[in-house]
Amino acid sequence: MPALVAGIHAFLFLGQDVDGRDKPGHDGLGIAGAFMTYIAKPKFHHPGLKKNDLGYTHRDYEGKISTLCAGCGHDSITASIIEACYELSIEPHRVAKISGIGCSSKTPDYFLGNSHGFNSVHGRMPSVLTGANLANRDLIYLGVSGDGDSASIGFGQFAHSIRRGVNMTYIVENNGVYGLTKGQFSATADRGSKSKKGVTNTDNAIDLVAIALQLGATFVARSFSGDKTQLVPLIAAAIRHKGASFIDVISPCIAFNNHAGSTKSFDYVREHNDAVNRLDVLVGRDPIAVDYAPGTVQMVEQHDGSKIALRKIDADYDPHDRLGAQTFLAKHAAKGQIVTGLLYVDPDAEDLHEHLNTVETPLNTLEADTLCPGSTVLDKINASLR
Amino acid sequence: MKPTDIAAPDYFHKVVDCQWACPAHTPVPEYIRLIAQGRYSDAYMINWKSNVFPGILGRTCDRPCEPACRRGRVEETPVAICRLKRVAADFKDDIKQRLPRPAPKNGKRVALVGGGPASLTVARDLAPLGYHCTVFDGDPEAGGMMRTQIPKFRLPNSVIDEETGYILGLGVDFKGGQRIESMKSLLAEKYDAIFVGSGAPRGRELDIPGRKEAAGNIHIGIEWLANVSFGHTDKIGKRVIVLGGGNTAMDCCRTARRLGGEKVTVVVRSGFEEMKASPWEKEDAIHEDIPILNYMVPVAFKHVAGKLIGVTFQHVKAEFDAKGRRNLVPSGDPDQTIPCDDVLVAVGQENAFPWIEQDCGIEFDKWHMPKVDPATFASTNPKVFFGGDAAFGPKNIIWAVAHGHDAALSIHKMLSGEDITERPLPDVQVSSQKMGIHEWSYDNDISIDKRFKVPHRDKVIALKDIRTEVELGYDVKLALGEAHRCLNCDVQTVFSTSLCIECDACADICPMDCITFTDNGEESDLRHRLKAPSPHPDQDLYVSSDLKTGRVMVKDEDVCLHCGLCAERCPTGAWDMQKYFIEMTHAGSTCPTKSRSAA
Repeated sequence: MPALVAGIHAFLFLGQDVDGRDKPGHDGLGIAGAFMTYIAKPKFHHPGLKKNDLGYTHRDYEGKISTLCAGCGHDSITASIIEACYELSIEPHRVAKISGIGCSSKTPDYFLGNSHGFNSVHGRMPSVLTGANLANRDLIYLGVSGDGDSASIGFGQFAHSIRRGVNMTYIVENNGVYGLTKGQFSATADRGSKSKKGVTNTDNAIDLVAIALQLGATFVARSFSGDKTQLVPLIAAAIRHKGASFIDVISPCIAFNNHAGSTKSFDYVREHNDAVNRLDVLVGRDPIAVDYAPGTVQMVEQHDGSKIALRKIDADYDPHDRLGAQTFLAKHAAKGQIVTGLLYVDPDAEDLHEHLNTVETPLNTLEADTLCPGSTVLDKINASLR
Repeated sequence: MKPTDIAAPDYFHKVVDCQWACPAHTPVPEYIRLIAQGRYSDAYMINWKSNVFPGILGRTCDRPCEPACRRGRVEETPVAICRLKRVAADFKDDIKQRLPRPAPKNGKRVALVGGGPASLTVARDLAPLGYHCTVFDGDPEAGGMMRTQIPKFRLPNSVIDEETGYILGLGVDFKGGQRIESMKSLLAEKYDAIFVGSGAPRGRELDIPGRKEAAGNIHIGIEWLANVSFGHTDKIGKRVIVLGGGNTAMDCCRTARRLGGEKVTVVVRSGFEEMKASPWEKEDAIHEDIPILNYMVPVAFKHVAGKLIGVTFQHVKAEFDAKGRRNLVPSGDPDQTIPCDDVLVAVGQENAFPWIEQDCGIEFDKWHMPKVDPATFASTNPKVFFGGDAAFGPKNIIWAVAHGHDAALSIHKMLSGEDITERPLPDVQVSSQKMGIHEWSYDNDISIDKRFKVPHRDKVIALKDIRTEVELGYDVKLALGEAHRCLNCDVQTVFSTSLCIECDACADICPMDCITFTDNGEESDLRHRLKAPSPHPDQDLYVSSDLKTGRVMVKDEDVCLHCGLCAERCPTGAWDMQKYFIEMTHAGSTCPTKSRSAA
């Protein structure tokens, strides 16, 4: 019997990096290039661009040029992540962006070009992220996933990373279809919504926000790729949150899910968007004079001292009430409304490291003799358990 | 704000900053693209049609286009538009076959006074239409100040001969050596129209003590340059002072360096920064070891026994009075006398019309300038038109050309029985540049190269011979590099409100943060709500009509690179890149107006 050999996967690679284009037109690539942009993004930026505390402009947080379809909602989420990291003056080398497989999971290539990145196996982003977080708790973890990656093949992974309280920002770029395989319904497509070809979805939808609330996520939000004024501060607040932050971002698929009958199209989401609040993230020691009408704003101080100013749209909505949030969500979903905003936050949340009582020093910087103190210590531990 | 009316030709014309700033409105990006493609003759002909003297202007233009160039707002330096024009002239093939043929005469006679750029432009526009054009000039050859006042080391005779020759070859009658001494007798010759393009021929005097006594060594700049040009003057003293800070002063000092001036000094009244000379001409002078001293006012010419020995200067400083006006007041430092053998006075030029009699029907204003309509260039005598320096005082060649085109149009309309105050709109051609899904028919890869320097001849060689051209011009490779720096501002971003789905793709991809989707408002308010600062209110905002969400698309035209990424990333084609080719309407290319068809 022949020995098992490692499988060899054939991929279509770009003949050349798109940014290094040296001639006009196509660079001789295959199927993947059907929607790709070949114009390199010019290096020039607006001469009056503002710089953050680190002296970076938002352009310094960009990655490569997107290879997604023109108009993809994911590109707006990419822009929002860039904006949020710029506004928070995050040092790019302190971020690890980890993704799975799918259109959404390609996006980490398009932002934070100077950060750590890991494009993992389909649906396995949460495990890889959890491992990385355990090894080095000092980095900021951005998990970027899609509805296929998180609600189907990686549903279990999603669930366990949330219930463990991994300190991360878990973003699902949710378009309700499998774009890379030409638009089949995904597990988040609403029952009764129609595919581009007119087929009605008969399966029930998974609401990842409802699941995240149920599983104990300590920061839960939903937003829309077409509403950056809401999305950017949500991402910033999620990054500053210690614990499992989950943001479900409805992100229309221009190619396969932006038609009448879809519940994830630009028009549908704009019509049914029921925002409970909008927020401003306040970071730093500078006193920020925020002029809000009394009674309309709720200040939430997070663990790291940053503040979230929640401008209430729905006066009765309380983002500290997990059960209330679940009920509110279910009621509105039944009416066909899409609830957006910061739905739940526990500013004093604990994360996985606290649950496990790990050392403050990241494991990857501990010396070998500290990490593995030898057989005498092991014997002691074993003895204590006898 | 109201939605932008992009159908008005001026809107997109303004976006092409260089073309808008050019008095003759030369389609700059179009000819730069042709240069990049190696189509030098085509590039030359676009220039020839618009500015008539590409080879001459490519060496001597005052370049109003370059300070306007968008590239100068994106990085430090604009595209070297002027020197690219010279590239088109240098590398073109024989273009004689492309010139208009001498036309059968239509029986109408036009007299042109002065053989400089203004008159020659009028002749270039009218001769192909059959007008019998007669150009009179006191000098034996055509060219006017281009030939007499610009030194040969900047503009060789061969270039002047070639480009004036193209015009005279259209069947224009050139009467060299025939200075018009009387407007009255010219009018008596019953020309159908007269164009006065006699320039500003008189150099301003400097009447300070010692001027008369030392007259033998004090020369008026433009007269001296003309004498040098004709070979009447071929040497000057070892120590020369040039008074004045304009381009004529720069030509004077550099010419003096070549005629034996070893220690040549330029002295200006006000500050170095405020000098009228173009920055590059100052640089060239300094490069030839000519110091420029500022804030020094000449008060006396020192002389001994009728021979000049020096000039005495008072030191001044700039002070602002209560009304914010700047005055030069004595700084208190003791006066300084700089020894010299010769002085060149280049403190300005004046118009002079001693040959226009009072009863010619031509009215003059209190500054002794003819009353000229700034649009039609007609004087108060309906048959007499003025243009160039003769119309509104000393300016540059490119202004003379622009005046010439407009005056020619007036003359043509008048002699066709049309209303000359009705000015035709420019000719605009619009074409989408989209070739395929990701193919655009222009090179939108933005070059990050810095401005390429034009090679100069070695200084030692250049200073030896007054007829050796200093600038060598770009070679093909440098020209290509410089041409790539052009941002193709004439390839316009055109927005269709009805197609937009507000997906933000354009706003996200735009490298310059030009595009904002926001609520409408007054312009001053909108400018504060844009994605990036808007420091140039003279640059227009392109505002759409209301979108589905009630917002509008606002694009600040200021630093748009015209890279086309907005159109490239637009899923619905709401953005398109469309080339706007705008050409001024000249005599003969306009559609006849109603009055003409009735005539």
